[in-house]
Amino acid sequence: MISLLQALGNKVITGLRGVGEGVFLFLRLMRSLSIGVRRPLLVIDQVYKLGVLSLVIIVVSALFIGMVLGLQGYYTLSDFGAAEQVGVMVALTLVRELGPVVTALLFAGRAGSALTAEVGLMRATEQLSSMEMMAIDPERRILVPRFLGVLIAVPLLATIFSAVGIIGGYLVSVGMVGIDGGAFWSNMQNAVSVRDDILNGLIKSVVFAVVVGWVALHKGYMAVPTSEGVSRATTLSVVHASLIVLGLDFLLTALMFG
Amino acid sequence: MQQRLVEIWVGLFVVVALAAMLFLSLQVSGLVEIRKSPGYQVSATFDNVAGLRERAQVQMAGVKIGRVETIRLDPQTHQARVVLNIDQRYDSIPADSRAAIYTSGLLGEQYIGIDPGWEDETLQPGDQFTETQSAVVLERLIGQFISSMGD
Repeated sequence: MISLLQALGNKVITGLRGVGEGVFLFLRLMRSLSIGVRRPLLVIDQVYKLGVLSLVIIVVSALFIGMVLGLQGYYTLSDFGAAEQVGVMVALTLVRELGPVVTALLFAGRAGSALTAEVGLMRATEQLSSMEMMAIDPERRILVPRFLGVLIAVPLLATIFSAVGIIGGYLVSVGMVGIDGGAFWSNMQNAVSVRDDILNGLIKSVVFAVVVGWVALHKGYMAVPTSEGVSRATTLSVVHASLIVLGLDFLLTALMFG
Repeated sequence: MQQRLVEIWVGLFVVVALAAMLFLSLQVSGLVEIRKSPGYQVSATFDNVAGLRERAQVQMAGVKIGRVETIRLDPQTHQARVVLNIDQRYDSIPADSRAAIYTSGLLGEQYIGIDPGWEDETLQPGDQFTETQSAVVLERLIGQFISSMGD
């Protein structure tokens, strides 16, 4: 009984310690963000690895998600004789929700896990401590450029996701099912606003970028320096980042569009 | 060399994202209309356009022949002035044709239907439809029905 209680206490303390370490790491990262201005090449490298190399999965997913939205929207809305509204549905769903959220989830799986594994391996192979020996701050040299790379890449990817998704919806509903193209665009233009929808979607994706980057780097940086520890950290990074993104999405939607 | 390639890719990535942003804000939210099909403009005034929107279809015998370009309120007559952009190839619309606002289906989009007249003269760019029929507003129709019941 006592040992059960102790195990519970131990779990809570470990969990809280993890959260505390994460918060402190986050604050240190935010404080040294200026390194991106002084060493832009480091950041550009990360934007390439995280953003450009994720383009394929983002574009292909966006195209198919947009096409499915167009098709399902048509099936449902045509029952009510409002098939022309399918453009509105596709655009609002993508710009407000799916663009930022699915991009963040895909990014967490494709790039976030890679980040965790990379940083975790650096820890396991003592590269981080050797840097410290050479008087290089590994947080500033390794973590901050990666964090900045995520912050830049995710909103750009989310924008591309929404645009490609809308084109996918257009291809299906106008090209395949045969809705009038003018009605598709004009209804969409009447319903979507730059400030309320597109800008809020962008803000969402910035918030998700912070979450995914932070979780990925924290899990990697604090990984147990064994092969098992790194693989565990990689899994946890994707799981935690995805769950936090989905939870935050509900909160942000309630705040922005409620 | 390697670094150069990376930078080119990142530059391309940013350009694509900016293009996507431009596409979203211009084409999707209609901040500015980019493309316009060639055609000629004629106008029509209506007492009430109800749910008619810009870029709605203009049909003749059920075939799309153009789009609604602008809808403005005439400050003098307090009527809606609708400018239509008719495709170039439909240049033989009789001058005494009638423009009416219809609804496709029960809940569908509103469009302008043109019922052709018999005159030999055709509508020229800048002309105006002499005869128009406003949109049917359901509430008004019900109101008329109820008041006629009372009589």
